[in-house]
Amino acid sequence: MTAEQDIQEQVQTAAAGQTPLAIQGGNSKAFYGRTTAGKPLSLADHHGIIDYTPSELVISARAGTSLTELESVLAQEDQMLSFEPPHFGESATLGGSVACGLSGPRRPYTGAVRDFVLGVNCINGKGEYLRLGGQVMKNVAGYDLSRTLTGSLGTLAVLLDIHLRVLPLPALDLTLVQNCSAATAVENCNRWAGRPLPLSAACHLEDRLYIRLSGMAEGVQAAATAIGGEPLDHAGHFWEQLREQQLPFFAGDTPLWRLSVPAATQPLALDGEVLLDWGGAQRWLRSKLPAAAIRSAVAAVGGHATLFRGGDRSSTVFQPLQPALLALHQRLKNTLDPAGIFNPGRMYPEL
Amino acid sequence: MPDKSIIPQLRKQLPAHCVLTHPEELRPYECDALSAYRQLPLAVVIPETTEQIRTILQLCSHNRVPVVARGSGTGLSGGALPLADGVLLSLAKFNRIMAIDPHNRTARVQPGVTNLAISKAAAQYGLYYAPDPSSQIACSIGGNVAENAGGVHCLKYGLTTHNIQALEVFTIDGEQLTIGSQALDAPGYDLLALMTGSEGLLGIITEVTVKLLPSPDVAQVVLAAFDSVDAAGAAVTATIASGIIPAGLELLDKPAIRAVEKFINTGYPKDAAAILLCELDGTQADVSAQIERVKQVFTAAGATAQQVSRDEQERQRFWAGRKAAFPAMGRLSPDYYCMDGTIPRKHLAHVLNRIGILSAEYDLPICNVFHAGDGNLHPLILYDANQPGELERTEELGGKILELCVAVGGTITGEHGVGMEKINQMCVQFNSAELQQFHAIKQAFDPHNLLNPGKAIPTLHRCAEFGAMHVHHGELPHPELERF
Repeated sequence: MTAEQDIQEQVQTAAAGQTPLAIQGGNSKAFYGRTTAGKPLSLADHHGIIDYTPSELVISARAGTSLTELESVLAQEDQMLSFEPPHFGESATLGGSVACGLSGPRRPYTGAVRDFVLGVNCINGKGEYLRLGGQVMKNVAGYDLSRTLTGSLGTLAVLLDIHLRVLPLPALDLTLVQNCSAATAVENCNRWAGRPLPLSAACHLEDRLYIRLSGMAEGVQAAATAIGGEPLDHAGHFWEQLREQQLPFFAGDTPLWRLSVPAATQPLALDGEVLLDWGGAQRWLRSKLPAAAIRSAVAAVGGHATLFRGGDRSSTVFQPLQPALLALHQRLKNTLDPAGIFNPGRMYPEL
Repeated sequence: MPDKSIIPQLRKQLPAHCVLTHPEELRPYECDALSAYRQLPLAVVIPETTEQIRTILQLCSHNRVPVVARGSGTGLSGGALPLADGVLLSLAKFNRIMAIDPHNRTARVQPGVTNLAISKAAAQYGLYYAPDPSSQIACSIGGNVAENAGGVHCLKYGLTTHNIQALEVFTIDGEQLTIGSQALDAPGYDLLALMTGSEGLLGIITEVTVKLLPSPDVAQVVLAAFDSVDAAGAAVTATIASGIIPAGLELLDKPAIRAVEKFINTGYPKDAAAILLCELDGTQADVSAQIERVKQVFTAAGATAQQVSRDEQERQRFWAGRKAAFPAMGRLSPDYYCMDGTIPRKHLAHVLNRIGILSAEYDLPICNVFHAGDGNLHPLILYDANQPGELERTEELGGKILELCVAVGGTITGEHGVGMEKINQMCVQFNSAELQQFHAIKQAFDPHNLLNPGKAIPTLHRCAEFGAMHVHHGELPHPELERF
């Protein structure tokens, strides 16, 4: 029996017995989302690259494929996953990264995980094998369900195989550092983003703004002259530490909140330490403030807040949905997972 | 006879000029840009406020009357084809740009705003809306979202789904939902992706928040000639493999070049077997460096001649031929049928050769003008609808081409949508479990199947009837169904 058939059978058995399943890739992101209980369903044995022709800019791999392995195969061909997925551990898998829907520093400039997912093969809660989307960039046949599964935290289906669009590695990356306040950083990052400059990351921490430029050498050098700032040595290490939450800012037990707000929003008056990422669109907050205070402040500017790490993992971790939208989520979940066996409650208590 | 009892109810609730029922008033709405399919609706409603949209949907839902939404009617797959027992809901009056936020680089627009109008309004801030379907002067943003429209520049900048951030949507019950968010990565399931390209089957869009990008400082085009389509195809692959993502990369084959040159004089090399148009955009420093690289790649791939646009006027002239390709076909042939399959680029030469063989078999000429960079083919089948049987032969040939695309790992539609046109080919691309999953999703949004029913996703019975004619390797598709 193949790993795929084995997984399909486990799902069918669980559906028949209404046994909750806890889907696991490398278990590196178990901290994320709400706590869930269930019989572990491991994707670890379903791994390997299925198809990779670099000139197609597409890679197809099984969900249990190690993210590190995948990235090194791409790097050998001067290509990359341009959403720069955080690993959060050596055991991180492709499937877990897609299911969690997390993107790294490049996200505001080249797109999120879901923007690069072209298609998936998966098993729904009835144990049916479904092929959604495909291996080509332009595809409008059928509902775009593979992107909806992305970031659904395994609550809708078990991802088996994933087709991703990949991009060439830039010829040159250059990181510049400027001393400025958070307010100036927000202002400048969004002004630059309105000009055709090859920005690929921008973060502000402790009165220093870090700007990464990526592209052909000529364009990067011209942009560096236009923006100004001191070049940063070993910048690759800095961006990796930011992506992996290994900077000192992320240490300690104080709850870590992820605030997603319109990028040009001025710094919010919330008690706690703040790191601005994504040119202002993503803000990390270390704070013991009550969830309601954080959520209402963020909602007031059109954003939303996630209790990313720490705090009460059985509480509402993600921003609550309006009742009609939650009802629609429940109906959608019911079409894919009618027995409610996949990661129950991992995203919202009702799903 | 369809039940017309909805009409007096609509008249009672809406201003008189918002409800059309006379056949001569309905006629302009009988088809979209796929004019081979025509049908008069029960009534056309043209609301002017979102409250009126809510009223219309509640009436239709209560009376179980189907609703077909329509933007500008430029769709190529019959997605806006009316239903005889349904109401056609025109969103043409929703044509206001509500707000442009230059700092956050977004615009909130009503669904009837044309694609090009957004870029024109954003130009004062040095911004634009990237997806550029060829009908962008007329097509509406609501329709673009419904079809997940693409265009020449989606190779670098993505499709509609990559360039929108939020939608205001009415469900069939008249309930308003905000899908997506003004901030990135909205909480919950990615319903924005599900709505985009759903062809009016899941909800009615009343507002769209689009992302705006900085306008490039400069754009230049490399025009290269090749002595075989295979060589041009190989040049496309080599360009992408070299690490460059052009803003656009288009291929015209010999019949297409000749048709264009007869129509307007663009200076394309008439003796070439194929030409490539490769656009590069960004800052001047980047574009100059990329042009040098592309020219080297094309030379190595066997280009017989190359020109680089020297100024904006020349760039426009290079593109004029590509843009005139479809009307040029219209001069060569009484009718043409435009296909829209996408394939993995590595199969380009094989698929183009097979299309040539099919063209000979069916005795119908085919021109190829297409988005080579992303493998999105637009074979144009030339035919004469006045010749008995020729339309049927054309549709059959078109179906064969789409099945060929699926067979090499591609799709039946890259950017035009399924609509009515490709509904049978959906049975080739998807199996019963997949189609049933799609129907279940529709039911979660629209439990009584009232929004654009019968489009985009075929019923299993339809597939059984169609499948009976298309048995591959002795395997009957959808084997669990009764045959009749």
